[in-house]
Amino acid sequence: MIEFVKQGLILSGAIFMFLASLGLLRLPDLLTRMHATTKAATLGATLIMLAVALHFADVAMVTRAFAIIIFIMMTAPVAAHVIGRAGYFVGAKLWSGTVKDELRPNYDPLTHELKSGQETAANAARQPRDDDAD
Amino acid sequence: MSTVILLSLVLMTLALCLVFARLFIGPSLTDRVVALELFSSMIVGIIGVVAIATDVPSLLDVAIVLALMAFMAAIGFARFLERGGPRDD
Repeated sequence: MIEFVKQGLILSGAIFMFLASLGLLRLPDLLTRMHATTKAATLGATLIMLAVALHFADVAMVTRAFAIIIFIMMTAPVAAHVIGRAGYFVGAKLWSGTVKDELRPNYDPLTHELKSGQETAANAARQPRDDDAD
Repeated sequence: MSTVILLSLVLMTLALCLVFARLFIGPSLTDRVVALELFSSMIVGIIGVVAIATDVPSLLDVAIVLALMAFMAAIGFARFLERGGPRDD
């Protein structure tokens, strides 16, 4: 039984990694490529590490496998965020079919200031009051 | 068991070839950084499969170190890109 679960985990992890690389090769621009790679590769590595934990089945190995899983799950979004931010600032071209880029009208790339879209003279001069909702 | 391991290793090697193609043709530097990131997390998976196939538990330490180094490399590349990388490639 454990053997079958292990084989299924290994195979599905390998398939997810293959799908991640296929997405990296086929999708049209930087952000869609990152969308394919980060999630699928994280899931693939997680499934394979679960198979490793089932295979060795002793405390030290299970701890290491889960440490790898938690580490990958915590660092992959941070790395993807940092790379995507750098790509946007460097000026990565978006796909021609992109529907919405909400950062473009509100963001100043030189001063790194983000507007809320509600700047008026009255709002700028307004002082905080005691009965404001936090 | 051995056929499954062989099949998954073949799949992941094929995937590494596809990632290498993107690393080679990738139009901008950020695409190449994404490809390198995927490369490293894929190698973590391959090390896991090899650890199961050869029954060597200490290979997991290699996987931990590799995952750590990949994260540091991604952060460093991103800092380099934002601070002073080439702007128009």
